[in-house]
Amino acid sequence: MPVESVFPRLEALLPHVQKPIQYVGGELNSTVKDWDACDVRWALMYPDAYEVGLPNQGVMILYEVLNEREGVLAERTYSVWPDLEELMREHRVPQFTVDSHRPVSAFDVFGVSFSTELGYTNLLTALDLAGIPIEAKDRTVEHPLVLAGGHAAFNPEPIADFIDCAVVGDGEQAVLEITEIIRAWKAEGSPGGRDEVLLRLARTGTVYVPKFYDVEYLADGRISRVVPNASGVPWRVSKHTVMDLDEWPYPKQPLVPLAETVHERMSVEIFRGCTRGCRFCQAGMITRPVRERSITGIGEMVDKGLKNTGFEEVGLLSLSSADHTEIGDIAKGLADRYEEDKIGLSLPSTRVDAFNIDLANELTRNGRRSGLTFAPEGGSERIRKVINKMVSEEDLIRTVATAYGNGWRQVKLYFMCGLPTETDDDVLQIGDMAVNVIAKGREVSGRNDIRCTVSIGGFVPKPHTPFQWAPQLSAEETDARLGKLRDKIRGDKKYGRSIGFRYHDGKPGIVEGLLSRGDRRVGSVIRAVYEDGGRFDGWREHFSYDRWMECAGSTLPEQGVDVDWYTTRERTYEEVLPWDHLDSGLDKDWLWEDWQDSLDETEVEDCRWTPCFDCGVCPQMDTEIQIGPTGKKLLPLTVVNE
Amino acid sequence: MQRIRLRYTKRGRLRFTSHRDFQRAFERALRRAEVPMAYSAGFTPHPKVSYANAAPTGTGSEAEYLEIALTEQRDPEKLRLLLDESMPTGLDIVDAVEARTSGLAERLEASVWQIRLPGADRTEAAGAVQTFLAAGTVEVERRTKSGMRTFDSRAAVKRLEVVDDAGDGPVDDACAILRLVVRHSTPAVRPDDVLSGLRATADLAPPVPAAVTRLAQGPLDEETGTVTDPLASDREAATAVRFAAAGPASPPAVQEGPSAEAPDGSA
Repeated sequence: MPVESVFPRLEALLPHVQKPIQYVGGELNSTVKDWDACDVRWALMYPDAYEVGLPNQGVMILYEVLNEREGVLAERTYSVWPDLEELMREHRVPQFTVDSHRPVSAFDVFGVSFSTELGYTNLLTALDLAGIPIEAKDRTVEHPLVLAGGHAAFNPEPIADFIDCAVVGDGEQAVLEITEIIRAWKAEGSPGGRDEVLLRLARTGTVYVPKFYDVEYLADGRISRVVPNASGVPWRVSKHTVMDLDEWPYPKQPLVPLAETVHERMSVEIFRGCTRGCRFCQAGMITRPVRERSITGIGEMVDKGLKNTGFEEVGLLSLSSADHTEIGDIAKGLADRYEEDKIGLSLPSTRVDAFNIDLANELTRNGRRSGLTFAPEGGSERIRKVINKMVSEEDLIRTVATAYGNGWRQVKLYFMCGLPTETDDDVLQIGDMAVNVIAKGREVSGRNDIRCTVSIGGFVPKPHTPFQWAPQLSAEETDARLGKLRDKIRGDKKYGRSIGFRYHDGKPGIVEGLLSRGDRRVGSVIRAVYEDGGRFDGWREHFSYDRWMECAGSTLPEQGVDVDWYTTRERTYEEVLPWDHLDSGLDKDWLWEDWQDSLDETEVEDCRWTPCFDCGVCPQMDTEIQIGPTGKKLLPLTVVNE
Repeated sequence: MQRIRLRYTKRGRLRFTSHRDFQRAFERALRRAEVPMAYSAGFTPHPKVSYANAAPTGTGSEAEYLEIALTEQRDPEKLRLLLDESMPTGLDIVDAVEARTSGLAERLEASVWQIRLPGADRTEAAGAVQTFLAAGTVEVERRTKSGMRTFDSRAAVKRLEVVDDAGDGPVDDACAILRLVVRHSTPAVRPDDVLSGLRATADLAPPVPAAVTRLAQGPLDEETGTVTDPLASDREAATAVRFAAAGPASPPAVQEGPSAEAPDGSA
């Protein structure tokens, strides 16, 4: 059945909205396949504005992986801004894909990638605009399967009522497996309707279907157990892990938008996973083990990617890029290769202790020497032991001394506030650290115009981390602590003017905390916020803390819980956590031990360089650490002289 | 250093491309096509590209112009093909000529616009045009960066008429098409200003947004009100140079230099 483009109707609305280019598609390297020649069709969404969603690597990778398959089609859709949403409702234009402007409701799967929980209200907006019932129980065989992925999907319980299924872990192979199951079911004439295909997916053990699990509660509000309610559905659903990144060199042809977006560069994921063991870091916990892309694999991706895009910058992405076993050779090799082309290199996540000046010089050789950014995360030696961020103040001072001595003028430092066991003193020591950085910088550079910017975010405890049991610091206490630090920095006559201070108030963190460690009961809050007009919660100008608290106040008490119960309450060992039936591979007892070690200020090493410490992931998921060095070098490409 | 002038389009849905969007896309296309660009000096060198008089976001165009500076000689037509292939469909590079004269921007004296008014009555539109043209001045308002601004939309209009044929087949009854020749002035009078003027003088208010396309821009013949090709003088100069360089016995392409052998891979 042909599906018509909604573009003619959308086009009439575009002259009336901001930045219409974001809705028209036509990006370089985008793909439009023949609808009728495909039997499984995916609409992929990043639930934020186009300018944020387009550069998302996850969506870009799956888009390519799916479109490369014969008979499979994938198109993209993003959240529309409120100005267009209003016009679309008025003129009855449904949520559309930007590739060929087909209605999202016409696809087989509506896959939504959640990097953050703050996209949940945007999911509800998109479902409603698409004409898909907001609650999964109201959908029929005519509607797409609504599938959640991304890091937030490691606890999809707060959106369990709105999604049909979720995938945890790496998506590359998972989307292909799901495609085959749907293809077979459709080819048989869709027997048993929606439930049958969901059951087939659930029985694989790698797709989570909330409706096949009942959640039972204790009288005090805690969960007593989560139990499968259909035959053949496993008790726990496992995450997916892609092994050998060199076999998955995606994106090969990154999308190049016409509209301006947040990241405009050729990004290559140089490794996946991290075993540094920072206890606050959900990404590091749920993406284990470390799997490196080889230096030659990286070289090929950069080469092809730059030819296909014309980007001027290469981003070497990972959770801690300087930790790649051959990062020095990679940076030098790429800087040599692209010296003539004015291609800049960036390494978004660099640890203080992994930094070295040769590497920094290679990175800035072809481009601008902007600021250096490090994340000590905690102000005191004590709190850094609690969070297992094994960086000493001496490391930091030595590193910044080298940087200032080599001509850098600006250093940015990231910290968190509200970490477990934290006191005012731990946070006030951030100010001391900044002062020491400036003092050392003035000494080695002989200049007074150097700067240090301190940037602080509120800590939010996340599922599948050792801090999943920890109490979150209330918004009021967070604000009070940050206020004391601000006064201390401003009051420093000698160094204060050289220190920049940026922080967010504690309120958004409480909402993020509610959504991160929430269970199915939190769904009622999300729905109420959406119905009250809540959208784009990751955007300061759209986020409303008061709205969230009012909606929580009107829906949670009747279910016997409240916001504090989800956020500032400490959990015990015995408590069944809402995400326990989603298996990240981490042994819950190991996580608990690591939480206890944290309280004792005991550090844990990185298993790449020390013996295995039994976090459980490799045996549970049948995976292994994949790292170099390969000993290979990045050869310059043959230059063809014209 | 060689300078090449290009004409490009903004067609179909890509008419919603803003000028900034176009600039980024074009500079990336230059990189993909490995064009030997000259760069500006300074801390952050930029490829030397001069844009002239870009059409507003949301209006289509068949006649946008820019000029690029190269460090090596290239054949303009081969370069055009290469760049056109490297740009998204709709942002098409349609004409290229080596710059042999100065002052392209000054030659862009006027524009020809086509304004399609779906749902507007043609007779009514024709009447409105007559009223507009008969007026001495037609004050209109437009929101600019510095707030609302009032200016005359009439004086810059050289010609304005209702046409029967948009060049793409006969016009159906439920649509009026205007053709506008407007002199480039300060403040610039844009098609939507003329539409505001038609609304102000003759109450012409079409039910749906107009589809506006720039058909041409270039030197204005004051007598006939026609707009001619702004690249014509470069083309003539190129022909003259080719003729002079070739002489009676030389091969005709000699002036193209080493770039004639450049592999372009575009064919």
